[in-house]
Amino acid sequence: MKTLAELEAIREKMRGKVAVREASDNTTRIVVGMATCGIAAGARPVLNTIVEEVSKMGLSETVTVTQTGCIGLCQYEPIVEVYQTGKDKVTYVKMDSEKAKKVLEEHIKGGKVVSDYTIKL
Amino acid sequence: MFRTHVMICGGTGCTSSGSNRLHTKLEEELKAKGLENEVKVVQTGCFGLCALGPVMIVYPDGTFYSMVKEEDLPEIVEEHLLKGRPVDRLVYKDSAEEVVAEELEKTYSLNDTAFYKKQMRIALRNCGVIDPEIIDEYIAMDGYKALGKVLTEMTPEEVIQLMLDSGLRGRGGAGFPTGMKWKFARASQGEKKYVCCNADEGDPGAFMDRSVLEGDPHAVIEAMAIAAYAIGADQGYVYIRAEYPIAVKRLSIAIEQAREYGLLGENIFGTGFNFNLDIRLGAGAFVCGEETALMTSIEGKRGEPRPRPPFPAVKGLFAKPTVLNNVETYANIPQIILKGVDWFRSIGTEKSKGTKVFALGGKITNTGLVEVPMGTPLRTIIEEIGGGIPNGKKFKAAQTGGPSGGCIPASHLDVPIDYDNLIAIGSMMGSGGLIVMDEDNCMVDIAKFFLEFTVDESCGKCTPCRIGTRRLLEMLTKITDGKATLEDLDKMEELCYYIKENSLCGLGQTAPNPVLSTLQYFRDEYVAHIVDKKCPAGVCKNLLKYSVISDKCFGCGMCMRACPANAIYVTDYTAPGKKKPAVAIDTDKCVKCGACIGTCKFSAIEKK
Repeated sequence: MKTLAELEAIREKMRGKVAVREASDNTTRIVVGMATCGIAAGARPVLNTIVEEVSKMGLSETVTVTQTGCIGLCQYEPIVEVYQTGKDKVTYVKMDSEKAKKVLEEHIKGGKVVSDYTIKL
Repeated sequence: MFRTHVMICGGTGCTSSGSNRLHTKLEEELKAKGLENEVKVVQTGCFGLCALGPVMIVYPDGTFYSMVKEEDLPEIVEEHLLKGRPVDRLVYKDSAEEVVAEELEKTYSLNDTAFYKKQMRIALRNCGVIDPEIIDEYIAMDGYKALGKVLTEMTPEEVIQLMLDSGLRGRGGAGFPTGMKWKFARASQGEKKYVCCNADEGDPGAFMDRSVLEGDPHAVIEAMAIAAYAIGADQGYVYIRAEYPIAVKRLSIAIEQAREYGLLGENIFGTGFNFNLDIRLGAGAFVCGEETALMTSIEGKRGEPRPRPPFPAVKGLFAKPTVLNNVETYANIPQIILKGVDWFRSIGTEKSKGTKVFALGGKITNTGLVEVPMGTPLRTIIEEIGGGIPNGKKFKAAQTGGPSGGCIPASHLDVPIDYDNLIAIGSMMGSGGLIVMDEDNCMVDIAKFFLEFTVDESCGKCTPCRIGTRRLLEMLTKITDGKATLEDLDKMEELCYYIKENSLCGLGQTAPNPVLSTLQYFRDEYVAHIVDKKCPAGVCKNLLKYSVISDKCFGCGMCMRACPANAIYVTDYTAPGKKKPAVAIDTDKCVKCGACIGTCKFSAIEKK
């Protein structure tokens, strides 16, 4: 390595990979229901897609992705909840990888809740 | 892409409680569950809670597990890593934790515990966060950015001015301003200059330098390169004791990686600046932590100090101008350069800026490593961060500065800790060992412990230290044996000052400090040993007498079976209401091991 630019390139490349360890002051938290019901309904690919996309979109610095237990609405799994500081919690139901990508693009990045996928009781 | 990172501590403490095996097992378990591409296991540096090892942190939630066993792993993998439900029973909790957990819907982040909340991590910032054996992770945390900035944007004079302005003082103990050292070394004439790192951590109870090197070795390498640029050196040495094998290994890996990346070697960042770094192993002699002895040892000679001046900045290693700083001092430097002087100066007290790492030990709930802003009162460190004294015992004193330091009594618990305040109350910062003592510790015995250490470690070059410390130890032994007089106490004090004034190096000049400070604050304990022939804490064996309270004794004989010296015999006295005759202790045969007290169910044996 002979230049500062090269150093910066390594830093950029690694940032997304270690950002998960300093998630404490993130303003957005995406939680995926990963209890038995969630996993059976296909929550794992959803979770993995979200993790990958968040990194690809360069959102690792502000978004924490984590899993949680059973929320109690097993027939609506996979469930994804979005917590944002100062805003109401948004609950998406019957998610899959494609829907998850759309949520990231429109809601997390664009700030507009994807009301097609939200819970309706 | 990994969604979860599991950090397992690979420091010396956790390694000795089996963290390596845990690491292997966890990877196997993850593979069995098909999670190896989702969960990453990272071996990292010390988290600080060494007594609770092996410890691990799960990110992104930051859940902190302590004392994890191999058989706990399947549950952690199945419940937490797969389903996102932390395993409650393994989560570290302290008093603040329960309240916090309720507020935050049961998240168990380490940052919310009383142990971490009052800490501020600068030197330890990457310990427990990165894998110290992967240079890319250090770079991700802004690593080598400070070196880049210094080499491309600043002149050596500007770097030195910045260090002077920051107010950073040496963390090795004496607290000499780091910028001054660099300034003197820069001003010294000579083609060849050296940069050295003192990693010869020798104080009993201090292990922060080891932890920094184990957890964040690149920070030290980067800072040494910065120092080299500032003073005009192209060669550095890290002097580290061979008994720190993990630190040596990680540092060697780090140096190798830095070389591969061109961050050490020729023409760094294309600026024409060259810097090479090598490790020199020490054999563990305490005196080699003294700067002139350390450099003599690097030269391949017997590690003995020499008179100063000339100071190392003028005539140091191989008689060339040399800068020598401590590990923790270096670990602060990249941060100061990146975040600026104002940021650093905003932390700490007027004359002591920044933070200090303390190794907490002794009678304290949370044994381990903590980093707090200068000026934090001892009470906060012991009662809040350290979790107080176990078993409801009363605090008696805290020992700082190891064999060169002194004791701080309860009356000074609220003094803000910095270099100058500690000296004012008769102790010193030292490298940061902090040993807590409760009512069961005898202060004369503590002084004797440290004197035994310095007598062993005195290199023998100068008479006041070689013979003086030995005579001092003999006097202390006389006191703990109950054979001393009050005149001996005065003589002892006189000898202390003589040793301090006449010894060649820091070892001898500070060796009497443990005696002087205990005399200052706990003279009554010395007097009790001499006049009453009693050890108030019940530690000094020769002043103790074990006896049976015959009216409480049921004559069960448990103590007789426990006694290794057959010193307990049956008397012909039977206490009223008891069926068997009481026993008694033959004090001539008694070896004062205390085994009998432990077995007696009726509290019928006392020691006085």
